[in-house]
Amino acid sequence: MSIPLTLLGLLEREASHGYDLKREYDSLFGRGKPLPYGQVYSTLARLARDGKIIAGEAEPGAGPERRRYVITEAGATEFETWLTEAVPPEPHLQTTLFTKVVLALMLGRDAHAYLDTQRLAHLRRMRELTDLRRGGEIVDVLLADHGLFHLEADLRWIEATSGRLDQLAEKVRA
Amino acid sequence: MSALIEARDVTLAFGGNPALRGASLAVDAGDILSIMGPSGSGKSTLLHCLGGILVPDAGEVWLDGRRIDTLDEQRRSALRRDAFGFVFQFGQLVPELTAEENVALPLLLGGTRRAAALTEARSWFGRLGLDGLQRRRSGELSGGQAQRVALARGLVSRPRVLFADEPTGALDSLTGEQVMNLLVDAARAQGTTVVIVTHEPRVAAYADRQVIVRDGQTSPLTVERVGS
Ligand SMILES: Nc1ncnc2c1ncn2[C@@H]1O[C@H](COP(=O)(O)OP(=O)(O)OP(=O)(O)O)[C@@H](O)[C@H]1O
Ligand SMILES: [Mg+2]
Repeated sequence: MSIPLTLLGLLEREASHGYDLKREYDSLFGRGKPLPYGQVYSTLARLARDGKIIAGEAEPGAGPERRRYVITEAGATEFETWLTEAVPPEPHLQTTLFTKVVLALMLGRDAHAYLDTQRLAHLRRMRELTDLRRGGEIVDVLLADHGLFHLEADLRWIEATSGRLDQLAEKVRA
Repeated sequence: MSALIEARDVTLAFGGNPALRGASLAVDAGDILSIMGPSGSGKSTLLHCLGGILVPDAGEVWLDGRRIDTLDEQRRSALRRDAFGFVFQFGQLVPELTAEENVALPLLLGGTRRAAALTEARSWFGRLGLDGLQRRRSGELSGGQAQRVALARGLVSRPRVLFADEPTGALDSLTGEQVMNLLVDAARAQGTTVVIVTHEPRVAAYADRQVIVRDGQTSPLTVERVGS
């Protein structure tokens, strides 16, 4: 998740205070992982230093830092480019799972047991996401779906691997 | 808390071919358990042993502190009618009956009067998105519609345990999701314990516990609470 670019995107719509940026970020993107204030302000400071945004004058008043941030031409261009680029697919998603399976087979350990453990961990997470989804509004539903489909893909791989462990064992022990 | 329904070391062979080779599982009252595993691993056979449809060669099946695998056929049949609901994997609806009569069947067999049974049966159609299909025969329903009718039939008598074998197998993912939400809500509302066989992780994710069956054996790691 690219936090600086996401904040740039929110600022592209309208100038905003750090406090409001955090609130909006949390409600849309921060499910289960709100953005700490410190990170909001350090990110904004870096963006300002790099000329992507400009920090306005501190406004009088109590409470959190009252300073409005405005996106610059450079910031808007960078955001625009990022927005239209494809996210790199992750072909190596299974690396750790695969590595563990191969090593288990190589060392004569119970690879089935490992796959079952992994399967249960995945199912447990799917259960959490399913609960979130059942009670949730559309943002929760779609975010949970994204997680569920990915976990399901892993599980399919676990299933396929589990059915071909003998073949793989022959290969790695050869 | 002791289990409501439990299989202990169940073994069963079909004409010398072992289908179950020491399968064990336990489900607490009100819980939803999912059984996953490769095709032919013995999931349906295990479900049928739990539900008193098949009698294991060895091992034990317990319901609420009572051993049920040793009951005679007549008592097991009464148990199936009074305490269990079933959604089978294959060929479940009675073709001569209308959809609503199919749903009402467990009530009729249990002695409920026809009018009352049909009223109760009809109340399920709206909830399952089946309005207007009450009078169709099973041959006039799509696969997914028939599956939902079968689900209603499994739940209509408010069984203590519902056994469901691939209840979303013929449904698209959105309808499958509706059916699962309904199944879970209905089961929770009426306190029904559910044992569900599925090969779909998204369906298994509705369950409180998971069991994996492989080569007729339950994986020893598997009886484990997930979620809260
Ligand atoms: N009535 C029967 N007569 C003979 N063999 C049977 C019978 N029922 C099942 N079997 C065999 O027992 C084994 C387990 O079958 P079972 O139906 O329990 O598998 P399953 O896990 O439910 O598979 P699937 O996911 O394909 O439904 C299989 O080898 C099957 O061929
Ligand atoms: Mg089966």
